[in-house]
Amino acid sequence: MILTASRTLVRRDLLLALRRRSDVATALLFFIIVASLFPLGIGAEPNLLRSIAPGVIWVAALLSSMLSLSRLFAGDHADGTLEQLVLGAAPLGVVVASKTLAHWLVSGLPLVLIAPLIALQYDVAAELYGVLAVSLLLGTPILSIIGAIGAALTLGLRGGGVLLSLLVLPLYVPVLILGAGAVEMAGAGLSPSGQLLLLGAMLIVAAVFAPWATAAALRISLE
Amino acid sequence: MLEATELECERGGRKLFAGLSFQLGTGELLRIAGPNGSGKTSLLRILCGLLAPTQGEVRWKGARIAELREDYSRDLVYLGHAPAVKDDLTPYENLDIACRLMGAGVHQEALGWALSAFAVPDLPVRKLSQGQRRRAALARLLLSESVRLWLLDEPFAALDAAAAAYTEELVGRHLAAGGSVVYTTHQPTGIDARARVVQL
Repeated sequence: MILTASRTLVRRDLLLALRRRSDVATALLFFIIVASLFPLGIGAEPNLLRSIAPGVIWVAALLSSMLSLSRLFAGDHADGTLEQLVLGAAPLGVVVASKTLAHWLVSGLPLVLIAPLIALQYDVAAELYGVLAVSLLLGTPILSIIGAIGAALTLGLRGGGVLLSLLVLPLYVPVLILGAGAVEMAGAGLSPSGQLLLLGAMLIVAAVFAPWATAAALRISLE
Repeated sequence: MLEATELECERGGRKLFAGLSFQLGTGELLRIAGPNGSGKTSLLRILCGLLAPTQGEVRWKGARIAELREDYSRDLVYLGHAPAVKDDLTPYENLDIACRLMGAGVHQEALGWALSAFAVPDLPVRKLSQGQRRRAALARLLLSESVRLWLLDEPFAALDAAAAAYTEELVGRHLAAGGSVVYTTHQPTGIDARARVVQL
């Protein structure tokens, strides 16, 4: 029954995203534009671009995932669906995990897929595309999972969007350091497995514990 | 069945009610009455466990609802102030999803039947009127007849006479089948005479 509820919820959120494609496109276009602004502003200096590429792409991914975060629970809160989810048959932690998964599929996965294209603009060596994609594949779900806690805490607050950034961005720092670091290590000819394994470990810990923290925050926000 | 003892609720530093105790058995109907802002919705939210009372407790079949959580949720249907339907989905999709999330898979025919019983058109909810949205939300009641406790916040708001009469009939049937109903309303309805009243 818990699986049914979880599957229903993921499918519902994907269906909603499909019916509101502009929301999905906004976050993705934001990522592409922010990442493309740097080469334009800095100028065509291949060595410089190559060295800042991992950091810039990761920061752009961070900001883009922030952008869609405030919508994670806001829509359900506004039309009363969130109360029904809290009162549903599945534990709230499972509800949160399912919603976060759907959020990542819609806002995180496209970034992973488009990142090599962005890396092309920075003249990143082709053999680094794989490491970049893997680091984003492990890192962006963490952004969604941790961000969900912030989204739940700031639910229904006026100016919640700004507060959400202030709450969540500092928590993204380790992910940023490890994610960008993995690509830099690989660029220097070293093995990025240390960073990637740490990202993987963070993902597992976040996926197991954070949904329950988000659930608790949601209950407080709904009172 | 449902037992509230010494409930006290404080919202925004203002005490809405205190020392509120009542019981609700099988087949009983309870109306929460009071002027705007007297805490009717807060009381309903306390009864379904969305809001923790400042003091006092709510028990369901003898156990505290704060400890029952999902086990209690499975025994109740709460229709809140907002209709809880998604603008971008059709009423059919909304109802289907709502039933699945309640843990009850429902046949296609049953969903279609419930919606046609409330004469809900098959359009995206965005295009429906306020009353039609309310009908789309109420259609869930038709598929929740086995759920013991119904908590209805202003179920008759925005409904026309026919839909209101049908809802009254549904409540009557649910009571006859041994269910319990708590509701709030501002307009006089046909079921008021059968209801015990909690005055806030």
